[in-house]
Amino acid sequence: MQVTMTINGEEVSREVEPRTLLVHFLRDHVGLTGTHWGCDTSNCGTCVVWIDEEPVKSCTHLAAMAGGHAVRTVEGLEVDGELDPVQEGFIQCHGLQCGFCTPGMMMTARALLDRNPDPDEATIREAISGQICRCTGYSTIIRSIQWAASKERETAVELAGASNEGASA
Amino acid sequence: MTVTDDNTNAVPTPDNNLNDNKPVGYGRMLRKEDPRFVRGLGQYCDDVELPGMLHLAILRSPMAHARIVNIDKSAAEAHPKVKAVITGADLAEQGLAWMPTLSNDVQAVLATDKVRFQHQEVAFVVAEDRYSARDALELIDVEYEYIKPVVDVRKAMDPESAIIRDDLEGKEDNYCFKWETGDKEATEAVFANADVTVKEEVVYPRVHPAPMETCGCVADVDRVSGKLTLWSTTQAPHAHRTVYALVSGLPEHKIRVIAPDIGGGFGNKVPIYPGYVCAIVASLVIGKPVKWMEDRTENLVSTGFARDYVMQGEIAATKDGKIQAIRTHVLADHGAFNGTAAPLKYPAGFFGVFTGSYDIDAAYCDMDAVYTNKAPGGVAYACSFRITEAVYLVERIVDCLAYELDMDPAELRLKNFIQPEQFPYESKTGWVYDSGDYEPAMRKAMDMIGYDDLRAEQAEKRAKGELMGIGISFFTEAVGAGPRKDMDILGLGMADGCELRIHPTGKAVVRLSVKTQGQGHETTFAQIIAEELGIAPDDIDVVHGDTDNTPFGLGTYGSRSTPVSGAAAALVARKIREKAHIISSGMLEASVADIEWVKGSFQVKGDPEKSVTIQDVAMRAHGAGDLPQGIEGGLDASVCYNPDNLTYPFGAYICVVDVDPGTAEVKVRRFVAVDDCGTQINPMIIEGQVHGGLTDGVGMALMEMISFDEEGNCLNSTLMDYLIPTAMEVPDWETGHTVTPSPHHPIGAKGIGESATVGSPPAVVNAVVDALKPYGIRHADMPLTPSRVWEAMQGNHTPPI
Ligand code: FES
Ligand code: FES
Repeated sequence: MQVTMTINGEEVSREVEPRTLLVHFLRDHVGLTGTHWGCDTSNCGTCVVWIDEEPVKSCTHLAAMAGGHAVRTVEGLEVDGELDPVQEGFIQCHGLQCGFCTPGMMMTARALLDRNPDPDEATIREAISGQICRCTGYSTIIRSIQWAASKERETAVELAGASNEGASA
Repeated sequence: MTVTDDNTNAVPTPDNNLNDNKPVGYGRMLRKEDPRFVRGLGQYCDDVELPGMLHLAILRSPMAHARIVNIDKSAAEAHPKVKAVITGADLAEQGLAWMPTLSNDVQAVLATDKVRFQHQEVAFVVAEDRYSARDALELIDVEYEYIKPVVDVRKAMDPESAIIRDDLEGKEDNYCFKWETGDKEATEAVFANADVTVKEEVVYPRVHPAPMETCGCVADVDRVSGKLTLWSTTQAPHAHRTVYALVSGLPEHKIRVIAPDIGGGFGNKVPIYPGYVCAIVASLVIGKPVKWMEDRTENLVSTGFARDYVMQGEIAATKDGKIQAIRTHVLADHGAFNGTAAPLKYPAGFFGVFTGSYDIDAAYCDMDAVYTNKAPGGVAYACSFRITEAVYLVERIVDCLAYELDMDPAELRLKNFIQPEQFPYESKTGWVYDSGDYEPAMRKAMDMIGYDDLRAEQAEKRAKGELMGIGISFFTEAVGAGPRKDMDILGLGMADGCELRIHPTGKAVVRLSVKTQGQGHETTFAQIIAEELGIAPDDIDVVHGDTDNTPFGLGTYGSRSTPVSGAAAALVARKIREKAHIISSGMLEASVADIEWVKGSFQVKGDPEKSVTIQDVAMRAHGAGDLPQGIEGGLDASVCYNPDNLTYPFGAYICVVDVDPGTAEVKVRRFVAVDDCGTQINPMIIEGQVHGGLTDGVGMALMEMISFDEEGNCLNSTLMDYLIPTAMEVPDWETGHTVTPSPHHPIGAKGIGESATVGSPPAVVNAVVDALKPYGIRHADMPLTPSRVWEAMQGNHTPPI
């Protein structure tokens, strides 16, 4: 069957078997290998992407279910050569080691910060609780997300200041 | 000398990016590998895509022990997208049905006669895509004849148990090996005269490293040159290449093993698995690239497990708490094939360090290792070659002794430590601990957690019927295998090569034999070279994980990268510095003796104006004009480093738990880890390694276990029933350190990769058992799940196996 969706803002269309999982569609058919696969049972979260701004486990969705929708993957976090603050936070706070869980973690983190600009530790732990990292022990992931949150709050304050006073901070 | 400094657990913020110190050498530095990973541009094995690539899937046995009567593959072969279906009989025709394990046993690539564990490899299919390959597995019809499996390790040697390894000539029992260490008589004598002796059976159940990326490979044999390129999830690319040459008969120079980015290893990616060999055979036979990637179940049920030791621990002491002797008998379950990856002279790995961090008079261990109808493996999951088991045993029975003596477990440990002036210290089992200063680390951990206050809080809580526990573990590891006089794997000595080349403009490339799986080698090794040569880490390219482009060495496991290859990197840089020194004397027109090295440049003594940088020297080494007599052009060097001894990192861990008296659920409230890994190269990376290991420890202590029913069915074959900690089960980690350099390592560094995995399980278990003290409980086995803790509280705790 023909499946068409937008991925990171671009329309993509492929002829696939109806049973094709979204994770395999992205990786094998579109060549976006930043989204990973780590389990058979929807437990690990290495496969998290967005469908219409909602983080989902792409191993648990058929590609066809994403047809007509907007998918965002880790490759779509960087915009115009500028890293998302979440990506920067992971680098600054050593939020990754092997990097395998990282794309999924960052997609969840981005979604969380879009809804809650100042999450506390417990909120972050809960947000990533459907995902496993075997390397970091999570503390640095939490710090990474908090780093991104404070960076975004600072930027927001600067922007507000700039528009109020017509000068940059 | 031990340096202790205050280590706050400061957190980076956008206004204070304290990890980003841009050192030219050691210090906190952001990782060079991260920019690609955060963009989703890592290149892992399953990301390799070649033109015309086919997909391989493996058919596995549903039974744990059965004779193969017949295999009908005709329906699978008729599948329109299938290119080949291969069975053990097909491989046997080529002499490829069996392969050596890293312990000099043999393992079936595909079963020919019998299957010996559930999910053993029976046949494989190669098809045009992943899905068709799996579809075709369903079309293979295998007829099995049931044999009663040997599942209970305690019954493996019973005369009525079936013989598992009837493939081995003359094999009439299920013995794998016997092993002993220490002095039996001397230990007996101490026990006979001791004031107090305590005995406890301590089980370390089977667990699995379960890296987030499963194992797999892409094999591509060039039809014309006959050269095999194998992208594979391997922690030891060079060792693997040699073994492939030995197994397949392909000449070694026609094999290139590439370990691309690896999504976690933890020992899981040390052994050679049948899937790799199948993919190589398939590519050879079909003439196309072939990819094999496990699914999660295959990873959990068939690849390298860890532990599975039943240990009888005994400890003898005076009544005031001076430990005199430790004795243990171990029953070790090695599964169906001995797939342990450990130096050949050490069939039980480095379990011999079970005397721990204590100065005692005598020690003895004897071990019976047996075959059972379970997956092979044995050394995996960040265990430092079985030191995990050793540390768990000693730290658990020391706590049992504290219980019997009614003594504070911290005080008991402090009283028995090996003292700083005793190093190098030869243990009663013959291990020479290089350096250590234990008390400062212990005191620091106690200060950080506020030990006395916690004990006071615990007393108050106990009075109210609340269950709070404080658990201590103090460990010493032996890592960095190893001196080649004693240590080899399948005849390959455990020394590591390293090559360094300085380009004319003063930038560098260093080539390593080891391979990162997340530890950050691309950063750490650049820092080691930077420290020695004064070239910024960003100007140093680190090449690893490709046998065609790196020198030979045994790979990354057992925390050996820094102790062995880290030393090689420092020494190769020093070799270059010596040559550069001579070249600089020509440039400065001064004698070598009058020139001193000030990180990054050579200066005429007393005249710092007269100096040349390492970059100037690099250009001169490659440029026109004469070099000092006898000096060749160029600025490159290579070394092969053979360590004198292992390195002995240590640490003090304290865990606080609360147990819900109504549900028996354990909550880890706090965890303080003070580690000493000698000289620190990048404290940020060290902290990360420790955090990860602590999480493993909570996993093993409270959640993780691979168990079997009586027919040998694996009961933890998915991440739904093999439970790995998420962010909800672990606390915010608190870390600190002391620094006691290794005296024999060129930069004084020890290993850190496995310290926390080794050291943390006893801290958690000791904390839970301490919480249960009001119930009169002295010991309870892992995993301390709510149901098992509840049973303990009811007085009917049973061992997990
Ligand atoms: S691959 Fe594990 S949850 Fe999707
Ligand atoms: S960084 Fe390796 S699994 Fe998270």
